[in-house]
Amino acid sequence: MTTMQTENETLVYARPESLTNVSTHYCPGCTHGIAHRLIAEVIDEMGIRERMIGVASVGCSVFAYNYFNFDFVQAPHGRAPAMATGVKRVLPDKMVITYQGDGDMASIGMAEIVHAATRGENITVFFINNTNYGMTGGQMAPTTLPGQKTTSSIHGRDVETQGYPIRAAELLSQLDGSSYVVRRSLNDPKNVRLAKKAIRVALEVQARGLGFSMIEFLSICPTNWGMTPEASKKWLEEKMIPYYPLGDYKVHPAVAQIKI
Amino acid sequence: MAREFMKGNEAIAEAAVRAGVAAYFGYPITPQTELLEYMSHRMPELGRAFVQAESELATINMVYGAACTGQRVMSSSSSPGVSLMMEGVSYIAGTEIPVVLVDVMRGGPGLGNIAPAQGDYNQIVHGGGHGDYHNIVLAPSNVQEAVDFTVLAFDLAEKYRSVTVVLLDGMLGQMMEPCELPPMKPMKTEFEDWAVNGAKGRERRFLTSINLDPAAQEVTNFRLLNRWQQVEANEIRYKKYFMEDARFAVVAYGSSGRISLSAVRAARAEGIPVGLIRPITVSPFPTAAIREASKDLQGMLVVEMSSGQMLEDVLAATRHNVPTEFFGRIGGMVPYPDEVLEEIRGLVKGPLTTEGHPRERWLKRMAERI
Amino acid sequence: MPVRGYVVVNETYCKGCELCVEACPQHVLGLDATHITAKGYHPATLIADGCTGCGICGVMCPEAAITIYREKSGVERITS
Repeated sequence: MTTMQTENETLVYARPESLTNVSTHYCPGCTHGIAHRLIAEVIDEMGIRERMIGVASVGCSVFAYNYFNFDFVQAPHGRAPAMATGVKRVLPDKMVITYQGDGDMASIGMAEIVHAATRGENITVFFINNTNYGMTGGQMAPTTLPGQKTTSSIHGRDVETQGYPIRAAELLSQLDGSSYVVRRSLNDPKNVRLAKKAIRVALEVQARGLGFSMIEFLSICPTNWGMTPEASKKWLEEKMIPYYPLGDYKVHPAVAQIKI
Repeated sequence: MAREFMKGNEAIAEAAVRAGVAAYFGYPITPQTELLEYMSHRMPELGRAFVQAESELATINMVYGAACTGQRVMSSSSSPGVSLMMEGVSYIAGTEIPVVLVDVMRGGPGLGNIAPAQGDYNQIVHGGGHGDYHNIVLAPSNVQEAVDFTVLAFDLAEKYRSVTVVLLDGMLGQMMEPCELPPMKPMKTEFEDWAVNGAKGRERRFLTSINLDPAAQEVTNFRLLNRWQQVEANEIRYKKYFMEDARFAVVAYGSSGRISLSAVRAARAEGIPVGLIRPITVSPFPTAAIREASKDLQGMLVVEMSSGQMLEDVLAATRHNVPTEFFGRIGGMVPYPDEVLEEIRGLVKGPLTTEGHPRERWLKRMAERI
Repeated sequence: MPVRGYVVVNETYCKGCELCVEACPQHVLGLDATHITAKGYHPATLIADGCTGCGICGVMCPEAAITIYREKSGVERITS
């Protein structure tokens, strides 16, 4: 389908060029799609598509390279920040991003993300927090809320035996090497717009060589949560945001001066 | 070129620099740490990439990412660290990109010790990571070969889009010897059509090792296998010593090959018609060469610093048709030339047999000694 | 006169998740129950007049399936 525009009308919105013309494998309502779309829109707006190198992770976003219309590599589970480090160190002028879920980044890949951040690697990390392992069918993740039922915590996460969730943004913000670490949510139009703005800031941080940037996106997983997309949004608002407060956790003074 | 007196680990590092390595990633582990230390100042001095990673796990994935750009990339480690890298090695093999790894083996299993050993032969030669793939594995026996094979490793890795391992042990890594370093190669400026380096004015590319469709994975695996057949056809390397009139032969690689050469020379001085076959590519293994040579032999002795891992490859090569004995020191112990000489004498004395397994007879002999 | 606009939903991408339906401030989007896409979903569609081309549906669409137009003020839309 092509978009048509006559002289009497203004094109308000069309699919960004930085997305391929491929239908995603994500479930209906999954906000991975919103995150993909926002990243692609910002890349279009910055005109950096040809400079981009993405690092896909393992989990639902394993096929991200099919959907983004720029160069990509595919990392082993959790190792995207290490792989991105390798790419960026030999191609410092390229824009290198990782796209990781919560199991990937906050569990198996915790060492890699912490050390990429503390080294101040000039990469941008997009982190999707949907409180479960989506690809394998909804098991408990490091981000699963206390009491939340998953297929591997069927009576609800018991913090006595299964520990507490990890607040990744707060954790990474504590490292001197990180420059821009924020948490946003993809639950409503206002928050989506704020998320897009943060993506722009994060990529500007990298473009200006200011170091490590990470955005945590609170996301919904209707299929594994067993809810409609609409009910999932409400659950995110009522359960996730209180536990994972939105906000800017680390904004280096040099980043604060970026005007967009 | 002038010869320089260098430690094995440092000689390998400088050889890699001169072969045009654009990025080195590593993690300290004895007995390879000097390689990392050397690179930590040498690479930045040349404006090239160096990262001391948080683990070997991160190391191999930094290597993976950097290698996806088409640049010459390497890492080095020792046994336990290499074990940690195995997931990444499998991914790299599945993605069909060139990477050079240096494994300076030490005593194991487990934390083991930091003494020289060859106990990781099976891991490096016969797999290590998951899935169907092969590494090219080069085994130097002195510092000069370590230099030469490091340079060769980059060429082979690139030619066959393969992981190429320079496999040595702590003795060679730590040993100082005179060696001639190669001239400095210019850095790579042209990149292959698979290199991921930004889709400027071209279609986007992606590199991955995933093939959800088994039929597609099978196609990939056949492609890997076909490429491996090319490696087997073109790249098998080995060295023969005193084999022209030999009735007996020692088969040994790396440090044990070097020690065995001393023993073979001593045996020759005693009038024993013995030679040495020293595989240089332990993968692909010089199977045909060993089979061919074995036809003229009355007996063979395999010497390793492991419990007979290469032995199985030698037995497969001779199809158990030639009387074979085995001698190994393990767990970080290094055989003396005199011990190997004694084994050669024992081999000649007989009884020569193709019955039983050489490992069992070796275990019996060792039980009396240790 | 209020601003007028319209949206075109690409059925290759739309999965009928209804995030746009719920987000639409004019309540003019709904699922087309009479129609099924190749993937088996009822796609989103305009179900009533009143679209202003505000773009909020596009903000929420996970599939980038919606193209949004807004008519220039004072010009009648030519329908074909």
